[in-house]
Amino acid sequence: MSRYRKFFQTSLVSVLLIVIFSFSNSAVLAATGEELFKANCAACHKPDADMTGPMLKGARERAPNPEWAYKWVNNVNTMVETDPYAKKLLATWGSKMTQFNLPKDDIKAILDYADAYTPPPPPGGGTGAPAQDNSLLFGILTLILAVVAFILLQVNSSLKKLSDEKDGVFRSEPVPFYRNKAYLMTAVIVLFCFAGYKTTNALIGLGRMKDYQPKQPIYYSHKVHAGTNQINCLYCHSGAQDSKFSNIPSVNVCMNCHKSINKYEGPDELKLEDGTAVNGTAEIQKLYDYAGWNPASKKYDKPGKPIEWVKIHNLPDHVYFNHSQHVKVGKQQCQTCHGEIQEMGEVKQFSDLSMGWCINCHRESKVDFYNTKTGEGNKFYSIYEKFHDEMADSVRNKNGKMVENPHRLDSVTVEKIGGTECQKCHY
Amino acid sequence: MEKKYWQSFGELNQSESFQKKSEDEFQEQLLPLEDLDNGLLDAKSPRRDFLKYLGFSTAAATLAASCQTPVRKSVPFLKKPDDLVLGVANYYASTFVNEGDVQPVIVKQRDGRPIKIEGNENSKITGGGTSAMSQASVLDLYDTTRVRHPKEKSGGQFKEVPKFDQLDKTIADKLAALGGKPVVLLTTTLNSPSTAQVITEFLAKYPGSRHVQYDAVSYSGMLLANEACYGKRAIPSYHFDNAKVIVSLGADFLGTWLSPVEFTYQYQKNRKISGTKPEMSRHIQFESYLSLTGSNADDRFVHRPSEKAAVALNILAKLGGSVTAPAISDAAVNKGIDETVAHLKANSGAALVVCGSNDVNLQIIVNAINEAIGANGKTINWAVASNYRQGIDADFNTLVNDINAGNIGALLVYGANPVYNYLNGAKLGDAISKLPLTISFSGTIDETTECCKYIIPSHHWLESWGDAEPKTGHFCLQQPTVNPLFKTRPFQTSLLKWAGSTMDYEAYFKDFWTKKLGTAEAFHAALQSGLIETADTVGGATFSSAKLAEAASKVATAKQGFEVVLYQKVGMGSGSQANNPWLQEMPDPISKVTWDNYAMVSPALYKELTGKDLVGEQRDGDAYEVTPEKPVVKIKVNNIEKELPMLVLPGIHPKVVAVAVGYGRASKDPVNTKENIGKAANGAGVNVYPFVTFDGTGFRYSGPAELSKSTKDPYMLAQTQVHGSSESRPVLYETNLKTFIANPGRVLEEATHERALLLHGSHGEDFVKDATIYPYYDKPGVKWGMSIDLNTCTGCSACVIACTAENNVAVVGKKQVARYHEMHWLRIDRYFTGDVTNPDVVFQPMLCQHCDNAPCENVCPVAATNHSSEGLNQMTYNRCIGTRYCANNCPFKVRRFNWLDYNGADSFADNQETLIGSDLDDVTLQMNDDLTRMVLNPDVTVRSRGVIEKCSFCVQRLQESKLAAKKAEDPTLVRNVKVACSQACPGGCITFGNVNDPESEVSKARADQNRNFYVLEQLHVLPNVSYLAKIKNTDRHVTNEKAEEGGHGEKNAAHKAEKAHG
Repeated sequence: MSRYRKFFQTSLVSVLLIVIFSFSNSAVLAATGEELFKANCAACHKPDADMTGPMLKGARERAPNPEWAYKWVNNVNTMVETDPYAKKLLATWGSKMTQFNLPKDDIKAILDYADAYTPPPPPGGGTGAPAQDNSLLFGILTLILAVVAFILLQVNSSLKKLSDEKDGVFRSEPVPFYRNKAYLMTAVIVLFCFAGYKTTNALIGLGRMKDYQPKQPIYYSHKVHAGTNQINCLYCHSGAQDSKFSNIPSVNVCMNCHKSINKYEGPDELKLEDGTAVNGTAEIQKLYDYAGWNPASKKYDKPGKPIEWVKIHNLPDHVYFNHSQHVKVGKQQCQTCHGEIQEMGEVKQFSDLSMGWCINCHRESKVDFYNTKTGEGNKFYSIYEKFHDEMADSVRNKNGKMVENPHRLDSVTVEKIGGTECQKCHY
Repeated sequence: MEKKYWQSFGELNQSESFQKKSEDEFQEQLLPLEDLDNGLLDAKSPRRDFLKYLGFSTAAATLAASCQTPVRKSVPFLKKPDDLVLGVANYYASTFVNEGDVQPVIVKQRDGRPIKIEGNENSKITGGGTSAMSQASVLDLYDTTRVRHPKEKSGGQFKEVPKFDQLDKTIADKLAALGGKPVVLLTTTLNSPSTAQVITEFLAKYPGSRHVQYDAVSYSGMLLANEACYGKRAIPSYHFDNAKVIVSLGADFLGTWLSPVEFTYQYQKNRKISGTKPEMSRHIQFESYLSLTGSNADDRFVHRPSEKAAVALNILAKLGGSVTAPAISDAAVNKGIDETVAHLKANSGAALVVCGSNDVNLQIIVNAINEAIGANGKTINWAVASNYRQGIDADFNTLVNDINAGNIGALLVYGANPVYNYLNGAKLGDAISKLPLTISFSGTIDETTECCKYIIPSHHWLESWGDAEPKTGHFCLQQPTVNPLFKTRPFQTSLLKWAGSTMDYEAYFKDFWTKKLGTAEAFHAALQSGLIETADTVGGATFSSAKLAEAASKVATAKQGFEVVLYQKVGMGSGSQANNPWLQEMPDPISKVTWDNYAMVSPALYKELTGKDLVGEQRDGDAYEVTPEKPVVKIKVNNIEKELPMLVLPGIHPKVVAVAVGYGRASKDPVNTKENIGKAANGAGVNVYPFVTFDGTGFRYSGPAELSKSTKDPYMLAQTQVHGSSESRPVLYETNLKTFIANPGRVLEEATHERALLLHGSHGEDFVKDATIYPYYDKPGVKWGMSIDLNTCTGCSACVIACTAENNVAVVGKKQVARYHEMHWLRIDRYFTGDVTNPDVVFQPMLCQHCDNAPCENVCPVAATNHSSEGLNQMTYNRCIGTRYCANNCPFKVRRFNWLDYNGADSFADNQETLIGSDLDDVTLQMNDDLTRMVLNPDVTVRSRGVIEKCSFCVQRLQESKLAAKKAEDPTLVRNVKVACSQACPGGCITFGNVNDPESEVSKARADQNRNFYVLEQLHVLPNVSYLAKIKNTDRHVTNEKAEEGGHGEKNAAHKAEKAHG
């Protein structure tokens, strides 16, 4: 019996493993399809609707033959000249697709994903009960306790007086509490400390604008674009990887997509901070006015004008900040400094952008330090020999013997390579 | 103690008042507290007043700085150009062209505006060198005096003409109605092949018309001499790099003569010296005043200007030429001639003689000398002509006569400004205003333009398409780097329109080059590199000595009495960029004077005129040295009198007064100067072009003069460097080549000794770590360092302007410079040494030394200046509270304090205007105009009042290079970095990079242990700037050896004593 049990166990484990593997395999495939779609196609295509380019659902069925789509993606430039269906596509859509160089499996994965795509259900009405704020309750309790303590003190002194009188000890008339110097002094000190704390904080906060959320000329929702529609931040803020500025996109970048997206039909409710509903389609119309685009004739037939956005993140002139340094070299996510931007309707300033806040991060963040053994990490740091020595597992001691490194350095922070020195940001 | 190196006579004599002055570093008076005590406190109600003021100022400050944060807008493009990423600079190859000068450059453009000029390192002519004037020309683009639209004069006033078409029609009509009178196009030298073709087409349309080229400072004598000797009216290419012996007869070829950047680049190839191959060229200069080139010469001889021909004839005769040479009375000059001839003979075929005279006959003699030493075909290349200057003086003189006689129908002026720089400009101006049709293509209303009827402003070169052929087979292309700022039009387009072409110049230019190069791709490739260069062939030309005898008999003979020499300053040239505040404030490398020209005289002449002996008698010197007010001399030439302040400098002939041209720009009615010529040029110096004489064939820039002391009050000259003393500490080392070869360690003996002394006291081994009580800090990764070769620094000051442009260094104006408040982060220290009448000169670029053990850092109470792990001495403006302790404690005197709001960076807007006239000059308003401010580098903070600033090693460039290296994951990208000064240097004397990397250029430069030294090393400040000692190729003893004769014995004794002790 025990033998069988062993066999039974083994087979059960095998079956389980097979099930898990096959399951996870398909999950991996689907995830790849979705990721590939978002990375390569989402800027111009939707799975289930037309955008700058046609919807991808059923693309293979619409094409002359199922293999056509695979050929097309990697040969756009030539096919657009030769292939009749490609010519027709160009005529319909007005612009040529970017040529890719993707393996067939990837293209298949993308198209499979598109075919299998079902729009997510609109989010439910409530987002749960708002968090209870107990501070008022605590405040009232504190006040009541303070009053009780005061009364008890008074009672205590009255009782003492009575008992003194009873014992025949003479005591002078007690001063009322509002003339009691001890009370007064305590009150003055408390007030002084409180006012000093407030004033100091207010002065430190001068020019800091955390939570600044001005009204913009167009209600632009990062939640709709970066959140729900998953547009890569760098698609619009392309400067972030090359320049010190992240660049607010120029109007022509908006129009890349909004030539075809002329109404708002997304699942998110658009609301101002005070709860007023916003008409998304009307906001898109505002963009058209700025761009000079006539959605009816599909032409730029009016003079355009640039959009005057209100700048939210302001640094003083004596601060040098470079986005590409942080995004490209430091590999920081946008959210690190800008908060959950994909959840924001109108943008507000997430962090206070104070020097302390910068320095803190520079103290904690680790650089992608070069590992001399594995060759991993940024090769630029190969010149920091001192840290390489300190990171070694073993060192030579006084007697010339190799011993375990007593002060082994685990990682190199930005601070270690001079990231908190004045002239890294002030020059 | 005898000073070895000195900057002024006061320092040489160590006079009492000099010492007193150098103690009072900031030259500021203390607050008049006694007055305050007696005045305010004794007033009737000081307390009430005090409360009133307090209340008012608190209220005012609250109102003004109300805590509302301003709303800032961010306005992106409607449609962004593809090649523009905001915040990332683009670089375009183009060409600086000004009055025939040509320099291939790379223009740095940030967010659509050019902000910096860099040399094009692919150029075979300049090798990436630039001059101060090309570096500064980016500021001219944003000059507030630029003409903003075409204008027509009516009723004595210029009125805007709204449309070019309308103007073209009017002018075409007028050109057609000239009634046979010729059309003359007057320009400076133009060496653009496409423009030449445009002009040919234009002249063909108007028969009888002609093109006259006129150079403010003429090379006509050379052109004609070459025609007489070689049959070519051209200037050959010079190869200073092939010459082992260079003799210059008054040619300032490193400063202003013909093509100084090119010549500096060549010259330095033979001045770079290494321990393994200690060879260098020998440079001998004969001249009458102390020029930049003369100050770099190994041997220098001073003679009268009128003796120049005698010197040339003597050299020729001693080389075996069949001429009779007049005797020269000066023994030193005779000795110099003998030495020169010996060196020339010994280096036949590898020697070069150049002459700065505009005298045809003298240039013929120089040609004969070059022939005798085998320069033709070796150091002088006739296969490649230099096209920098082509004006012939006689042609221009004919034109002047025609204009004065009213024989010209239409005068079209581009670039030239004869009303200012012709010897009788005023008369010429009146005659020009009477001509039927006069058109100026000038970008500003200069003196000549003022006399014209129409102004059709041409683009600035940074806005232009164009080309230049500075030398045969070397083409440099221009492309616009900014949209035209104003309603301007290339003058070539105007000519094309009036010649009946439908093309504009842009189309014409593209067509011209596409055809010439074959394909559009080839044209685009050429535009991208900015250069089309073919390999040079070297060849000679047949020399004819037919004219030699005649020339020898006709040259001027030596005169008696005083003589005047007109010269150009390296920063100002002929004066076309006079309204450039950067150039005006650039200290002249020799005199260190800013904002003015002056009469340069020798101490002997000064004594003759004023009776005061600066050299011998301390007390006499004091009055001159201590105040910026200098006595005025009256100079009379051609019956024209000019009064100029006297600046006493050594190395000038005792009978010579030298004055720079290029100053004294002024409109006809001086009231208009500020608006038309510009605020910076207004009042700067005196125009001495009227001192030029015309001798029938050419203009002469020297001649007899009458001198007398003027009765005018002394005039203030704003001079730098005579303050900021190094307190007699040795700051530089030099030796001669012979000593260096014999004993390479000798030159730095003193420094080595000082170092040993310091180390000895600490009983350590490592000078860096052990000779101090301060702890040592590691510099992991990158450590920045700079090496400056004193042997190749000529003092040209291109780096000074490059630094100004790169780092938003403020222009402070003459009044502030006179108070020693100049802001330059990089200065060129000039030291005299040796013979007081004809001293050696050493230039030492001096900037923040970024000491690893910096004295400034210890004394800052708020830690606004501190050290980085990369070896930078950091200056944090936003932390600085302006105590100036750091400046006081800096042994190099390189820290600058913002005494006033020079940049308009203060929170309160009106800090400047109230000070104009009293503390500030108009130029501050010019520099703070919205237009001018477009030149600012957006990566560098504009400093406000009350903070210290200093060289940052161009930290913005270092950060950029590190970022690029990190992005590319390639540490070799930080190995060598070009900072602004090293990029600009035509001699390549500044190297910069990572000294932790043994492969970097700076590490290699420092490897030369025999020449590598740090300034004031004995203070153990551990500078990150190192210098290479200067080596002079002369037989004379240079100063270090001189000290050996006197004071060295004592030192040896000390050394021995120390050894015994050890």
